[in-house]
Amino acid sequence: MRHDHLIGAKQLSRADIEAVLDRAADFDADPAAFADAHPDALLGLCFFEPSTRTKMSFDTAIKRLGGDSVDMGPVESSSVKKGESLADTMRVIAGYTDAIVLRHPSEGAAKLAADFVDVPVINAGDGAGQHPSQTLLDLYTMREASGLDDLTVGIMGDLKYGRTVHSLAEALTTFDARMHFVSPESLRLPRNVRFDLHESGAVVKEHTDLDAVLADLDVLYVTRIQRERFPDENEYRAVAGEYRIDAELLADARDDLTVMHPLPRVDEIAPDVDRTDHAHYFEQAHNGVPVRMALLDSML
Amino acid sequence: MTDSDTDTELRVSKIENGTVIDHIPGGQALNVLAILDIDGSGGEEVSVGMNVPSNRLGRKDVVKVEDRELSGAEVDVLSLIAPHATINIVRDYAVSEKLRVSRPERVVGVLSCPNANCISTAGEPVDSTFDVLDDGVRCGYCDTIVREDIAALIDPA
Ligand SMILES: [Zn+2]
Repeated sequence: MRHDHLIGAKQLSRADIEAVLDRAADFDADPAAFADAHPDALLGLCFFEPSTRTKMSFDTAIKRLGGDSVDMGPVESSSVKKGESLADTMRVIAGYTDAIVLRHPSEGAAKLAADFVDVPVINAGDGAGQHPSQTLLDLYTMREASGLDDLTVGIMGDLKYGRTVHSLAEALTTFDARMHFVSPESLRLPRNVRFDLHESGAVVKEHTDLDAVLADLDVLYVTRIQRERFPDENEYRAVAGEYRIDAELLADARDDLTVMHPLPRVDEIAPDVDRTDHAHYFEQAHNGVPVRMALLDSML
Repeated sequence: MTDSDTDTELRVSKIENGTVIDHIPGGQALNVLAILDIDGSGGEEVSVGMNVPSNRLGRKDVVKVEDRELSGAEVDVLSLIAPHATINIVRDYAVSEKLRVSRPERVVGVLSCPNANCISTAGEPVDSTFDVLDDGVRCGYCDTIVREDIAALIDPA
């Protein structure tokens, strides 16, 4: 892969994805062997909303490659609080660093940042938009568990605001995956994602009930339904309870079903699933480092 | 062209120099003016005919702007709300040029994104950008697709 920026999953071809995953496998096998890969690289970590895991995994990845990071710190203590535009903040930080990882609460933030800087920008989540580096580690996890060909993938939870879902769905169109989306009516995929899936000719079905498809799935990707999306606590509980899985429910699934989750989970996956062979979400989180090493290696 | 030459001319006086925009869907004339950023404050003499009977459209609007010739880019942007509009550039009381709208691939700085969480609406130093789809527009920043009532997105600024 040779991209200036990584803004959304749509820009990734199958060959791009496979190149990153292959390289990630090298890093995964022997992370210590690459400690001198990018000794002078300095990565700017710009997190306008908190994210422990994504930030730490990028931080770890650059350090494993022999580079270092500088962290903008929490927004509360930065000049952003004084009303500085994102465009200005990015231009300044681009002057210090070799690449920028940006997490921002507004959709389109990474795209905007990329328009203003000369260093590579990696979108680490823009509002309800995209989260493409998460997608690469999701695909890596899927490939390890079941391969990426001829997959039937269920994606369940908050599909409307779930940026990891948007990126994953778009990336899966480059593989011959059948996609089943399971969500409450009010949290269905947004129009723009559906448009892209349709344009790419993907095989997509939408459901409100997991039972309808569970037995067919190779992968079940669960996401959190966020409490703050609902004006009423009771409404939230009624919906969230419908999209909770436990070991008993998975008895109806295929033995080789891979259950994934971008984490953090609240109660959408019961702890008893952790002890089954279906659980791949901690492994998935672990894969964040080698995959982000591979991504940075390809962009620096 | 018969209806524009008869009905319309009766209702809206002839202009000496400027632009006549005809075959605007009924009720959209004010949006056309908004998209062209014409609100009268610049001193332009503007005539508007609304809901004029039309053979082709049933009801149509007509706009005449004195002493202003629309650019090709302005004409293209009109296509979003008035895809069948015809534009006559008038010089010395005669039609000297007839333009047809064609859909541009993108429009910049004209529409404002309806997604309140879009970075393009957050006071950043950028113009709004929309890709034009067959049946709507799509924000170049947040990817939001709008198909209905695009006129409502016209940036009043
Ligand atoms: Zn937008």
